[in-house]
Amino acid sequence: MRRRKGPILMVFPGVVLLFCFMTVPALMGMFYSLTDYRGYGGWKFIGLSNYQNLVKDSSILHSYIFTLGFAFLAAILTNMISLLLAAALTQNIRLKGFLRGVFFLPAVLATIVIGYVFNFIFSQAITSIGKGLHNDFLSRSLLGNPQWAWVAIVIVAVWQACAVTTVIYMTGIESISSDIYEAAKVDGANRRQVFWRITLPLVMPFVAVNMVLQLKNQLQVFDLVVALTNGGPGTATQSISFLIYRNGFQGGQFAYQSANAVMYFVLILFISLVQMRLFRSREN
Amino acid sequence: MDIKSNTIRRRSNWLLTVFLLFCSLTVLIPMYITLTTAVKDRQQSANSLWALPTSWHWDNFSRAIAETGFWRALCNSLLLTAISVILAVLTNSMVAYAIARNMNRKGYKFVYYYIVSAMFIPFSILMLPLVKEMSLLGLDNLYGLIPLYVIYNLPFNTMFYVGYLETIPTSLDEAAMLDGANTWQTFWRIIFPLMGPANATVAILQTLWVWNDFMMPLVMISKQNQFTIPLTQYMFQSTFNTDYNLSFSSYTLAMIPMLIVYLFAQKQIIGGVAAGSVKE
Repeated sequence: MRRRKGPILMVFPGVVLLFCFMTVPALMGMFYSLTDYRGYGGWKFIGLSNYQNLVKDSSILHSYIFTLGFAFLAAILTNMISLLLAAALTQNIRLKGFLRGVFFLPAVLATIVIGYVFNFIFSQAITSIGKGLHNDFLSRSLLGNPQWAWVAIVIVAVWQACAVTTVIYMTGIESISSDIYEAAKVDGANRRQVFWRITLPLVMPFVAVNMVLQLKNQLQVFDLVVALTNGGPGTATQSISFLIYRNGFQGGQFAYQSANAVMYFVLILFISLVQMRLFRSREN
Repeated sequence: MDIKSNTIRRRSNWLLTVFLLFCSLTVLIPMYITLTTAVKDRQQSANSLWALPTSWHWDNFSRAIAETGFWRALCNSLLLTAISVILAVLTNSMVAYAIARNMNRKGYKFVYYYIVSAMFIPFSILMLPLVKEMSLLGLDNLYGLIPLYVIYNLPFNTMFYVGYLETIPTSLDEAAMLDGANTWQTFWRIIFPLMGPANATVAILQTLWVWNDFMMPLVMISKQNQFTIPLTQYMFQSTFNTDYNLSFSSYTLAMIPMLIVYLFAQKQIIGGVAAGSVKE
């Protein structure tokens, strides 16, 4: 009997807490999404009309386009840069420890603080150079441009995400046996051929891991939006998380943004399932 | 190998090193701007944002400390991080142990999938109703963040620990049980001490997350004396955003604790992050 009781008591508190702080709010959110609750005061059921309005709402549509476009672009760029960086950092270079340390540094700093530092760099440091050069393009802040402000967020997101991604790729590249490289060398392969024919195919599983990780992280973009543009100029860079936060807490749209959160969850679920399908079929 | 290819290799390594040093400027320049702007005064910054400071204004830091309530925020962040990391390591490893050793039983398998399936739920989906729930419980404050931080990484940690536990032979458990130890004793005395590397990875990832997290404190904490360091930066920014030098002393202060830890534990941190991510 003692043996049977032990493991149940070990699991039980954790499962109860997970239920209370994840499952319950998730169910509450679904419940509120069917009401007209504003975050305070009374409420009544209104069926699916929040969802009907969501689909017609242009600011919601815009935030989905922005978030998806941003996440895919940031994830792809991060992976491309990190793979090259990792390939370079695993060569016989000098100052290896120093360089690895520097490139990983962004990963240990708070995203919100990084965002504020880059906010200053975009709006003051770069524009001051632009003014000195009398260059029109550089003397205007990227963050103030409704059409291109999202590029600034991509740049900073990639800047920070490359740190972890590069380390994962380095692990992948270092796990490739040196015999394979020796054999390639004996066969007369040059550097480029070694990268494309040997390194890349063998780190493909790590590409999968990194794409999943990065997409998942970047779809949740929030801190950088707050620090760099605060959703602006206008509403140009409102990510989904940002919209849920701003309008849900401050805009009296508790129920409406709860419906948005449910829709967002369905999207994340869909993307995760597609990714799992894709990578599973590749493994076979 | 012939000599020629060796010399080619050595020469191009230098080239690559120089190239990588050049690339590292993308990280070093923002750090340079942060540190120099932090110690300049307004006039120096107006003259040039890029030049080295001509005189060093350390008093910017004492002003930033006073304006942001830095020491208070530092204590809050340290307390929150330490408690939630310790609790997460102790409890999450235990949950994973119970599941890992009973995977052949239906109930435990179900619990495993129930926990792990929560992995892809972003916080922003839960945050509106969660804040409501936590305020009903009187937990919409610094202390209420502790159970959230302990439980929100349970899905990933469970998967990670279960994977690790597969490398610890069950014959150890069986031997302990034969000697009369119950499940608790077996875990705490025999298995937990063997989980060192996995515990280190979980602790490192958890520390980086809790210390740097901004969104959860933002929605959960309203009292200024409970602010964490990332939250003070946000509040500070919205009130003093025109005084760049003061802002950057504040950013520098916010970065310093992690920079110190990173300086001393760089290998462990990088290793931990790599080990954790690859398992995902």
